[in-house]
Amino acid sequence: MESVKSEKQSKTKTTLHISGAEAIVRCLLEEGVDLIFGYPGGAIMPVYDELYKFQDSLNHVLTRHEQGATHAAQGYARVSGKVGVAIATSGPGATNLVTGLADAQIDSTPMVCITGQVPRHLLGSDAFQETDIIGISTPVTKWNYQITEASEIPEIMAKAFYIAKSGRPGPVLIDITKNAQFDSFDFSYEKCERIRSYKAVPKPDEKAIETAASLINSAKKPFIVFGQGVILGNAEEEFKAFIEKTGIPSAWTILGLSALPSDHPQNVGMVGMHGNYGPNVLTNECDVLIAIGMRFDDRVTGNLDTYAKQARIIHFDIDPAEINKNVKADVAVLGDAKETLSLILDKVEANTHETWHQEFAKKDKDEYEAVIRHDILPTKPGLTMGEVVMAINEASNKDAVIVTDVGQHQMVACRYAQFKKSKSSITSGGLGTMGFALPAAIGAKMGAMHREVVAIIGDGGYQMTIQELATIFQNKTPVKIVVLNNNFLGMVRQWQELFFEKRYASTEMVNPDFVKIAEGYFIKARRVTERHDLNDAVREMIKSKEPYFLEVEVEKENNVFPMIPSGASVSDVRLK
Amino acid sequence: MEEKRYTISIYSENNIGLLNRISGIFLKRHINIESLNVSKSEIENISKFTIVINTTEDWAHKIVRQIEKQIEVIKAYYHTDEETIFLQTALFKIASNLLFDERQIQNIIKESNAEIVTVSRDFFVLSKSGRRHEIDEMHEKLEPYGIMQFVRSARLAVTKAEMPISRLLHDFYQDK
Ligand SMILES: Cc1ncc(C[n+]2csc(CCOP(=O)(O)OP(=O)(O)O)c2C)c(N)n1
Ligand SMILES: [Mg+2]
Repeated sequence: MESVKSEKQSKTKTTLHISGAEAIVRCLLEEGVDLIFGYPGGAIMPVYDELYKFQDSLNHVLTRHEQGATHAAQGYARVSGKVGVAIATSGPGATNLVTGLADAQIDSTPMVCITGQVPRHLLGSDAFQETDIIGISTPVTKWNYQITEASEIPEIMAKAFYIAKSGRPGPVLIDITKNAQFDSFDFSYEKCERIRSYKAVPKPDEKAIETAASLINSAKKPFIVFGQGVILGNAEEEFKAFIEKTGIPSAWTILGLSALPSDHPQNVGMVGMHGNYGPNVLTNECDVLIAIGMRFDDRVTGNLDTYAKQARIIHFDIDPAEINKNVKADVAVLGDAKETLSLILDKVEANTHETWHQEFAKKDKDEYEAVIRHDILPTKPGLTMGEVVMAINEASNKDAVIVTDVGQHQMVACRYAQFKKSKSSITSGGLGTMGFALPAAIGAKMGAMHREVVAIIGDGGYQMTIQELATIFQNKTPVKIVVLNNNFLGMVRQWQELFFEKRYASTEMVNPDFVKIAEGYFIKARRVTERHDLNDAVREMIKSKEPYFLEVEVEKENNVFPMIPSGASVSDVRLK
Repeated sequence: MEEKRYTISIYSENNIGLLNRISGIFLKRHINIESLNVSKSEIENISKFTIVINTTEDWAHKIVRQIEKQIEVIKAYYHTDEETIFLQTALFKIASNLLFDERQIQNIIKESNAEIVTVSRDFFVLSKSGRRHEIDEMHEKLEPYGIMQFVRSARLAVTKAEMPISRLLHDFYQDK
């Protein structure tokens, strides 16, 4: 014990007398960071000066907006499982991070944001570019802290990384006053491994696991809904073993997508507002609902008063605050999914639930006839979003990372994109942030250079962060961008059609020439307007070794179905 | 579900910003804070928040979970009035001449077990500790004579049941 400790200390206790700014860079290196996204400005210049000196070991990607830096960091984190890092100056630089922080908070993405701040002696004086980013970011961060003295840097940075990635991950913001960047101190670094006021992972309770197992063993119609917890916990293998042994049909929330291969026979599709017909309807027919690493978002449950009332609920989660938050659990299994799922594996009995699976198959057939066939094999003129996604599946051999924005194209992409590997679907689920996809795709590509990364974006959301095309060009990042152009804020238009008697208030978009814009950024670009060009264009895009932009003009007024109208019950999911 | 008064007790690290983070949890859920007190606790360097809200038990439970989720919070609890010993303190500043001119005031002070904190030529200050309704009663009685200043503190409460923070911390250091 003693010797281990002293060995550890001797390894990390090399002391350097350096500036706070250099210390920040060294902290990042100590945490294994080799890539950060950001945008410079006055209050963070000392750190940028160090980034210049350390550019061989730490790559900084200049995005074209700080929001882009946060989404890129998120994309990087989601694809790699590592902590994404974004850096910005004080004032407007810092406030531009807020959307990304909120997105990372609600989607549990590990991210550390660093902001410059006016010098300590000017705090509270309304100095140039002073903003209370600690106050502003408090509700959208897992933790935040303002450093006002250089000597605080190592300990706080170590805590920041530990908090961002441990337990239920989330964003951390560290605000550093300029004096703390300039001042020198004796630097040494020790990683943070625990904090006395913070329990990252609750210890699994044997009894809860026993109870859950016996409930599962006696169930006639058990049903699993899994979320991102499986991915964040690196529990894909344990999850697969668990479902294969128990034979239970398993559906995913939008953030659970890709944790289980699309073609797995027990993968019955997506739950939620635009999820699949069977999983939604049968939620209200199962006798035991097993929720794994998901949080019963209202887009998943519809009306809570009529959600799975007939079922006993087992809830696996790492976050005690999620238990009984929206849906009352009969059994709560707290802990890391990797651990709890492997603990329960021995206690569950083998089963196949064949007749129960047939009910899913029947509903799937209904959905295929009513919706899917028309989406993916349309016979009418006018391209559908569904057929574009299918073409991408084929050309990429179902092996691409698919990054989606927010709207109809997102729902269609998540419904039809097919996956073989985990961490392959990246979307803004909880916050629904338009503008997420383009920068997130940049981060995803940089986090998985060996993989094909395809961003699928609407014409609306594309224009919220379109300036990141410059980041793609400057860094020669070979992401593939598909804009599904319906010349509408399609998802809002769909609601206007269905619930506001077609009063299309401010949803029609008069768009620029997207191909010319891409070409203006020196990105190869092509537009498809006819079905017979689609496959060829998608193949050309996937084959390209360079960034590539593809605009597909799709039907203007198509709707996404199935749909649970907001406030309705999951069993009232509409097929048209 | 029935709304009730709940006293939330929070043990936390003593950090700038935590008050903001905790009050934000109520703000986000549109829940009014009836009273809030921050002080040191029985454990060195550990702060204690005592917050009173009116809500259902379900919400009290959810809020406590959200509070505990904050990194610098060690542990949080909620209790009903029956489960706690609690009081508030109020200060009344009153013109000194009334003490001599109005006989009744002396009786009010005696009957209500109030304490005279200070007396100067112009004013005297009464302090009254107790339940909220006792303070309200005294306020009602004194009001006709004129109160120069009045202030009432947040609720202070200790629980009948144990809140084993020292043990939690002990376990943390033992685990190492
Ligand atoms: C930043 C932001 N603003 C507004 C919205 C509301 N919203 C949700 S979907 C949508 C329309 C998206 O249009 P588009 O990007 O063209 O995608 P489509 O639905 O047409 O596929 C809007 C406006 C949002 N989600 N995010
Ligand atoms: Mg659109």
